[in-house]
Amino acid sequence: MSKNTVSDRFRKVDVDEYDENKFVDEEEGGENQLGPDEAEVDSLIRQGNLMGALQAVLKNPPINTKNQNVKDRAEGLVLKVLSSFKSTDIEKGVQSLDKNGVDLLMKYIYKGFERPSENSSAVLLQWHEKALSAGGVGCIVRVLTARKTV
Amino acid sequence: MSYHSFLLEPISCHAWNKDRTQIALCPNNHEVHIYKKDGSNWNKIHVLKEHNGQVTGIDWAPESNRIVTCGTDRNAYVWTLKGDAWKPTLVILRINRAARCVKWSPKENKFAVGSGSRLISVCYFEQDNDWWVCKHIKKPIRSTILCLDWHPNNVLLAAGSCDFKCRIFSAYIKEVEEKPAPTAWGSKMPFGEVMFESTGTAGWVHGVCFSDSGNRVAWASHDSTVAVAEGGKTAVCASLTSETLPLLCVTFITENSLVAAGHDCYPVLFVYDSNKAALSFGGKLDIPKQSAQKGMSARERFQNLDKKATTDSKEAVLESVHKNSISQISILNGGKAQCAKFCTTGMDGGMTIWDVKTLESAMKDLKIV
Repeated sequence: MSKNTVSDRFRKVDVDEYDENKFVDEEEGGENQLGPDEAEVDSLIRQGNLMGALQAVLKNPPINTKNQNVKDRAEGLVLKVLSSFKSTDIEKGVQSLDKNGVDLLMKYIYKGFERPSENSSAVLLQWHEKALSAGGVGCIVRVLTARKTV
Repeated sequence: MSYHSFLLEPISCHAWNKDRTQIALCPNNHEVHIYKKDGSNWNKIHVLKEHNGQVTGIDWAPESNRIVTCGTDRNAYVWTLKGDAWKPTLVILRINRAARCVKWSPKENKFAVGSGSRLISVCYFEQDNDWWVCKHIKKPIRSTILCLDWHPNNVLLAAGSCDFKCRIFSAYIKEVEEKPAPTAWGSKMPFGEVMFESTGTAGWVHGVCFSDSGNRVAWASHDSTVAVAEGGKTAVCASLTSETLPLLCVTFITENSLVAAGHDCYPVLFVYDSNKAALSFGGKLDIPKQSAQKGMSARERFQNLDKKATTDSKEAVLESVHKNSISQISILNGGKAQCAKFCTTGMDGGMTIWDVKTLESAMKDLKIV
């Protein structure tokens, strides 16, 4: 047999990249999205104003940016705020959000499920239950179908 | 409303004849069955066998009494009734993927087929050669076309696609018609021109529908939203996110009201307010039969709590008429301006006819404007 059947490097080539009809998402400028303001959120948590912290941390979601660090930082911040709520206050927290806020919260919740840390899943599940009763299954469908997410 | 269970398999698609006495449907296989209404029964009178793949779209032209079908075998056939039998004529679509949906134009001199080849075939009959030919609309479609609807002017075509956009194209064929007059969507309409492209909704567009005047187009997409766009100097879009599972089909029943249905197995009403350019939820259109509320014994309650962690007894049975997703909705009487009856078919193999007047009187807060 000839030499070129020995190597199997060709099996690692991603042929879809070379498909000329490949669907490419539209680029939307996301370079300026920095995620929620860390200082503002931290000060609100320290003051005990958890409702305010929730509103603040859901501002400026890093949806369009390609910078993974910004996304990770935003997720960590959201997790911090969600964990500092008392279980009985979670429902009120969800009620204070509008429809888009609930959708965004659900996106962060599922992002948090992707990388569980010690107590995060328990907290996220409580928030998930309340967000589900506010947003319905439609809210989860939007998390699944969103091309650009947090 | 009346429910008739035709089959155990899903009904892939259906179409009614002009006087609504016959329905053509595909029982999830390669054939088309035509049923005729006889009192309260439905009798199968014809079986149309020509496709080699599942039939994905059927449309019955009311005036010329021709049926067009398209399937996953990449073909479309136009059927004409000769005596007592339907005779097929093959239409060369020049596509290399499955055909997904087909619609006759209002004047019935053309039809459009949406396919997985990322293009729309607009077919018309060429007298000289005595066969159907087609023209393709390709740009800027980037994925499968799932649904189509014609504008009343016989030229504009709305198409919903898997590339998350709803677009209005011009399907003007100079061989069969005159130049169209200007519309709300624009005045220059060469073949293939994009008159409108949606932004703002994500998710595959499962269903699209023009209003009776053609000035509004509504679409339902897979991210559980419904949207309406109104043509004008700049198109005005209004969308509504819903808390339910995605909707698969949508139709206007008056100029301001839409009925949509989907994976939640019941039709839903939406109302469009053009002054505020806003879409709002009008109500659920299913009237569940009030089942007798049996009291639960303590033992049953404990068992439920043990097995399902809840004391609710409701979750097990679907209360809606359809027991599986509704995939298609069609207007029976009254047209899209003043619909009196509409019909839904679904994956449970059943067909339900809904009467708008009955629904209005049964649901207290329902207002169809």
